[in-house]
Parts: sequence; structure tokens; C-alpha cells
Amino acid sequence: MPDSLIKFIFGRLSWESLPLHEPIVVGTFMAVALGGAVLVGALTYYRLWGYLWREWFTSVDHKKIGIMYMVLGLVMLLRGFSDAIMMRLQQAIAFNGSEGYLNAHHYDQIFTAHGVIMIFFVAMPFVTGLMNYVVPLQIGARDVSFPFLNNFSFWMTVGGAVLVMASLFVGEFAQTGWLAYPPLSNIGYSPDVGVDYYIWALQVAGVGTTLSGINLICTIVKMRAPGMTMMRMPVFTWTSLCTNVLIVASFPVLTAVLSMLALDRYVGTNFFTNDFGGSPMMYVNLIWIWGHPEVYILILPLFGVFSEVTSTFSGKRLFGYTSMVYATVVITILSYLVWLHHFFTMGSGASVNSFFGITTMIISIPTGAKIFNWLFTMYRGRIRFELPMMWTVAFMLTFVVGGMTGVLLAVPPADFVLHNSLFLIAHFHNVIIGGVLFGLFAGIVYWWPKAFGFKLDPFWGKVSFWCWVVGFWFAFMPLYILGLMGVTRRMRVFDDPSLQIWFVIAAFGAVLIAIGIAAFLIQIYVSIRRREELTDPTGDPWNGRTLEWSTSSPPPDYNFAFTPVVRDNDAWWDMKKAGYKRPLSGFKPIHMPRNTGTGVILAALSVALGFGLIWYMWWLAAASFIGIIATAIGHTFNYHRDFHIPASEVTQTEEARTRLLAMQG
Amino acid sequence: MTTMLMLQTAKTADAEPVFHLENEHEHAEGGSTMLGFWIYLMSDCLIFAMLFAAYGVLGGNYAAGPAPKDLFDLPLVAVNTSMLLLSSITYGFAMLTMEKGRVAATQAWLAVTGLFGLAFIGIELYEFAHMIHEGATPQRSAFLSAFFTLVGTHGLHVTFGIIWLVTLMVQVWTRGLIAANRRRLMCLSMFWHFLDVIWIGVFTFVYLMGVLR
Repeated sequence: MPDSLIKFIFGRLSWESLPLHEPIVVGTFMAVALGGAVLVGALTYYRLWGYLWREWFTSVDHKKIGIMYMVLGLVMLLRGFSDAIMMRLQQAIAFNGSEGYLNAHHYDQIFTAHGVIMIFFVAMPFVTGLMNYVVPLQIGARDVSFPFLNNFSFWMTVGGAVLVMASLFVGEFAQTGWLAYPPLSNIGYSPDVGVDYYIWALQVAGVGTTLSGINLICTIVKMRAPGMTMMRMPVFTWTSLCTNVLIVASFPVLTAVLSMLALDRYVGTNFFTNDFGGSPMMYVNLIWIWGHPEVYILILPLFGVFSEVTSTFSGKRLFGYTSMVYATVVITILSYLVWLHHFFTMGSGASVNSFFGITTMIISIPTGAKIFNWLFTMYRGRIRFELPMMWTVAFMLTFVVGGMTGVLLAVPPADFVLHNSLFLIAHFHNVIIGGVLFGLFAGIVYWWPKAFGFKLDPFWGKVSFWCWVVGFWFAFMPLYILGLMGVTRRMRVFDDPSLQIWFVIAAFGAVLIAIGIAAFLIQIYVSIRRREELTDPTGDPWNGRTLEWSTSSPPPDYNFAFTPVVRDNDAWWDMKKAGYKRPLSGFKPIHMPRNTGTGVILAALSVALGFGLIWYMWWLAAASFIGIIATAIGHTFNYHRDFHIPASEVTQTEEARTRLLAMQG
Repeated sequence: MTTMLMLQTAKTADAEPVFHLENEHEHAEGGSTMLGFWIYLMSDCLIFAMLFAAYGVLGGNYAAGPAPKDLFDLPLVAVNTSMLLLSSITYGFAMLTMEKGRVAATQAWLAVTGLFGLAFIGIELYEFAHMIHEGATPQRSAFLSAFFTLVGTHGLHVTFGIIWLVTLMVQVWTRGLIAANRRRLMCLSMFWHFLDVIWIGVFTFVYLMGVLR
């Protein structure tokens, strides 16, 4: 074939693009390929493809989509954590003239990929998954407002994750840090595909996130059960609402700023260049206008989880419900007024820095109010220290430290010293692990019995808990100390041998966390094996307070046979107190949305579009773009998107549950 | 209405509290669509806000290249603006006839709207081609990068609006003005007027104030 034709078909993709010279990557690839082959083989052998396609991939059921988000988050957590422990190992050994075991090119990709994956493809799917699963149940709805859009959003998130994972084996990932600041991320300094992978992975996933945000806002505003006024909504639903408002009001900013970066790289425009009038600092401003709300997008739903867990396991109504709601709303608003604290050193001047320093400090007030509300909820409560509550207490102790170092960093003169140091790294891991991750574990253990009908094994859960918590303190306290000594982030080798001990301690902490993750996986495995013993036929294993506990575990497709009527906060608690009796007859057909494969197809085409753009395979990009438009238009010609579950089927499902409950006596 | 009655019973009759609705609590088909579309439009508005902000920051950085005064042909832009404003009016007529259930008239007004949209795109492309021909390319300066991106993004939106309009005309043609199609026409209407509002911002801040500075 003539060279020009090969170039036309493959763009800049060639054999040299495959990282065959990196033994670590080749080894990883072989392991992934082997594991993938085993998985595909097993699915084929057990004839599960049809089941997966019909019951899961094309499902528009918010519960199934929620679970799929959680699976995505878990898989990507393993990848993101592999990056983390590789960095810890490298930094622990790269002393006294040793170069460590990672070359600079590889190391720079690892710290970039770690940040991108943990934020976009671990924390976001986990948070979105929880909201997807729980919110419709908590508000007494049958599904979200736009069920197809929900499926589509999920697959776009998967699409982004696929592109990031592809970069490991085909080409390279960005070596720019997780926010890809120009001019480093511009074509002159990053001429290869790394930054392009970054851009298109985030653009594809960003579409999904934005649409899912719109969907959940509409669901919460429009689909609440009768009687559930705004101030009767469970706190998790409130924090989800605020989070989704933040998503819709910040992800378009990311889309716009990444589009401008893409134009700079592909078309040669001058938004963020050093010459022809461009302004790299504008990129930093714009991306943090998205980036700061993003951290609240991650943490707010978990504040909701802690609220649900604290009040359930203290056996009390949440202390200060109203103040909790207002604190959440205030945080939502303030999160837009602090972005500049990420670059005080830019030199905006004392007045601007003071403004953003003060707004940052003010955020600690509503956050502190929340902590006190949880403490007062526990005060004089009958506290049951089950796993979700343990995670919550660990969160309160850990997060407060992270919050206080955050206030410290909000002081501009202090920030000038600590900017880009390991102190900052320790701070944000302290709040993200101590807040988001602990909250996710609390939420997973709390709602697992709802989703699957049996509890998680407490022993392995406690092993995981202690390894995580102790591991976290070992891994990140040394970084505070190193940061105060002036060690900057993203370093690959060190000259000063006196620093090594701290990195060794941090690596030890990372190993503990690895055991914690392993114990979590074992916990899931053991619980599935022991599901008969751990079973919960009541649907209400924790003596819960909100509506999701009023239906069976797992809930039927239609969630509620009859739409509940809400009379008070903690609706299910109120129903139990007022002598609620499960209706046993009079079931009616239920109107439900129909499954569709369009979401999968659109996301697959988007991945192809991204891949084509990354590798300059313009024919592929054009073809998949046209394919996306055609598929989307084709989908609108399908007017039959719903069906009715017949009354007989509802009766059957409900009678099965009646028998199950009767067996419990 | 039944819901309201139920709720009142729930409050007043303490003897027998109501815990659920006997009849299906029907969320009207597409009941969230208008709200959802509004929120989508606001998210889109934010993308334009970012592009306006970029233009605001970079709009004076000519890098010794051409400035707005050298480039903008206000009479041409005025004609272009009138095309888009007229298309908004004709879309309004399409909605009025839709309310009356007159399919043919609705289709006719939609077609006129699409033609005005095409005229707008045509004039914009002519303007772009002319500027590029004179050397005022998007690569020439940060001002031109921001200009082409902002105006071009708006133009892309109008293009998609036209594709959407044609799709809807086919759907109205095959299925008539059924509820789903009315809802879709309503969404496109919001989209179309939204682009009009954005254009007024472009016309004011980019073209008029550009020539003034």
C-alpha cells in the first residue's frame, strides 16, 4: 500500500505508537488481555451476553443503571489505585542517586492518569451511581424523569473511561498533570496523543455527566411523591439536588474550556498560547471555575449519606434538618466564589487574593454547622456502631483535619509557601479520601441490602475499614510534614536522603490501603457466598427512616406498587409509627419505560469519534460523527417507548413478598 | 386534583391515615420535558458565557493584526441579524398555527423559518470566507480566535437547529400534530429563540462595540 493511503487510514497511529518498550505496560497489557479473555470466555460459555444486553446494558431502570455506575467506579478504582501505589513505590526508592523504576515519561503519565481517573472515573461514577439508585426510591418515584437519557449518560461515562484505558496500551496519556495547564498542554510542548486522549475522554464523559445532572434535577423537582414538599425531602435527596445543580452549572464550563484547548491544538487558534495575544492564565481561571464546584459535586452527596446514616443508626430524627438544608445550599453558592484560591501565586494582587481567601474561609462555616448537626444527632441517640456508622465517625475525625488544613491554605501568604507542595496533596487527599471515599463506603454498606436483598459481611468490612483508615493516616500525614519542609508535588527523584523515611512511611500506608481494597473485594465475594445467612427479607434491615426502606429488597422494577403519600419528614418512620399496613390487593397496571440499545450505540460511536480525532483518522471521525447524528435522529422516530406492567404481574410480585414477610412471622 | 383531595384527607382524617394513592399517580407523559429542556438551554448558555468571557478577555489582543474596524461590515451583519430575527417571528407564527391544529400552515411557517435560518448561515459563511481571504484567519490573533469560535459556535447551533427543524417537519408530516410532536416543536421553539437572544449579544458586544473600540 502506498504510504499516503496508510497515513489516510491510520492517521498518526503506527506500530511505534504501541508502548512495547515499557515492560511494565506490556506486563499490564498481558494481564488485562488475559483477564479480559477469561471474562469474555466465561460470559460466552455461560451464555450471559444476551442476558447482559437485555437486562442490563439496554436497561433504562435507574436501579440497574445505578449499579452499573458503581461497577464502573470500582473497576476504575483498581486502575487509579495501581497508579497511586506505583507512585508511592517510585518515590520511596528514588533516593541516593537511584532513578527508581519508572522513567520520567512514564511517571508523568501515571500522576496525570491517577488524578484524572480518580476524579472523573472513580468518584464521579460512584457518586452518580448512588444518586441514581437512591434518589428515585427516596422520593417515591418509579424512575427518573428521562430514563433513556439516563442509560445514554451512563454509557457516555463508560465511553470516556474506555478512551482513558485505551491510552495505556495504544499511544500514551497526557504528561501534564490532571488539569492539563497550557502552554505545557499545547501542541508545541505536548505534540503527541496524550493530551488529545485527555481532551476527548473528558468531553465524551462530560456529555454524560451534564445530561445526568439535568435528568436528576428534573426527577427531584417533578417526580416527588404527593405530600413530599421540598422541606420534607430526605437530606440525601437535597444534597443530590444541589450537586446536580452544580453539575449543570459547571460542566459546560469544562466543555467550553476543553473545546478551546482542542481548537488551539487542532486548528492552531491562539486562546492559550504565549504569542499572538493568547493567555494561558485564562485557561487556569476557566478550568478552576469548573474545578472548584467539582469538588463540592463530589462531597455534597456524601454529606447526604452521612446524614442518613447518622440519623438511622442513632435512632433519631436528624438534628437541625433545616440548617442542614441551608448549609448545603450556601455551600452550593459559595463554591462558585472561591476558584482563585487554586492559584493565589498567579499574582492577581492583594485585594483579589484577599477576597477569594475570605470566601474560602467562609465555606468552613456551613461545613462546620453540618459536623455539629451530626454530632448533635448522635448526642443522646441509641447509636448502633454498624459499619456505615463506623465509616461516618472515621469521616468526622478525618475530614475535620482536612478541612482545617484547607482553611490554612486559604490564607494567601501561607499559600505562597505551600502552593504546589505535598502539603496541598495531603490536604485534598485528606478531604477526598476522608470525605468522599469514606462516605461512599458508608453508602455502599448502607444501601447494599436494599439493592441485593442481603447485608454485606461485617467481618471483612471491618478489616477493610481499619486498613483504609489507618492506611490513610500513614499514607498522608508524612506528606503534610514533607510539604511543610518544602517538597513539591510530582517529583520523581530526590536528592536529600533525610526525606526518604517519610516516603517509606507513606508507601507503607499505601500498602495498608491496598489491603483495605482487597478486603473490600473479599467482603463482596464472601457476602455473595453467604447471602443465605445474610439475607434480609424485610426490606428494612437497619430500621430505616426514608421511603426506600418501605419497599422490598431488591425493589421490584416499578419500585412501589402504589405511590406513597408523604405526611412528614422521615416518611417511612412516620408510616411505621402511624401503623402502616402493606396493601395486599387492588393492584393496577403500571406504566413503565421500555429498554433501548440506542444509548450503547451512541456511546460506542462517540468513542470511535474520539479515537479518530486523537489519531487524526479523519475518515473515522467524520463517519462516526455522521453515525451519531443519524442514530440520534433515528431514535426520535421511535414513538413507542413505554409499556404497562399488567396488574396480574404486579399482584404476583407483591404476593411473593407477602409470603416472604409472613415466613418471618 | 385527586391528589389534592387525597392530601386533604391525609391531613384531616386522623382516624385513618392515607399512606398511598389508590390510583396510579400518573406523571403526565413528557411532564418534565419543558423543565429539562430549559435546564439544558441554561447549560448551553453557560458555554456561550464562557466564549463571551474569552472574547471579553482576548477581544483586544490583535497581535498587530486586523482589528474589528478593519474587518466588520456592519450593513452585512445588519442584514444577517434581520434574517435571524425574522426567523424567530416566523417560528412564532408556526407555533400559533400549531396551537390551532393547522398542520399545513404550521409546516409552511416552519419551512419559511428554515429558509431564513439558511440565509443567515449563508451570509455568515460568506463573511467568514471573506475575512479568511483577507488574511484574518482564526490563527492570526487571539482576538480572531475568540471571534471565530464565538460566532462559529452560534452558527453551528443554528445549523443543528435547521437539521432538527427538517426532522420535525418530517415527523409532523408522517404523524401530524400529536402531543409528542407538539412538545418537540415547543422545545425547538425555545432553542430557536434562545439562539436569537445569544445573537443579540453577539451583535451588540462583538460587532457594534467592536466597531466602536
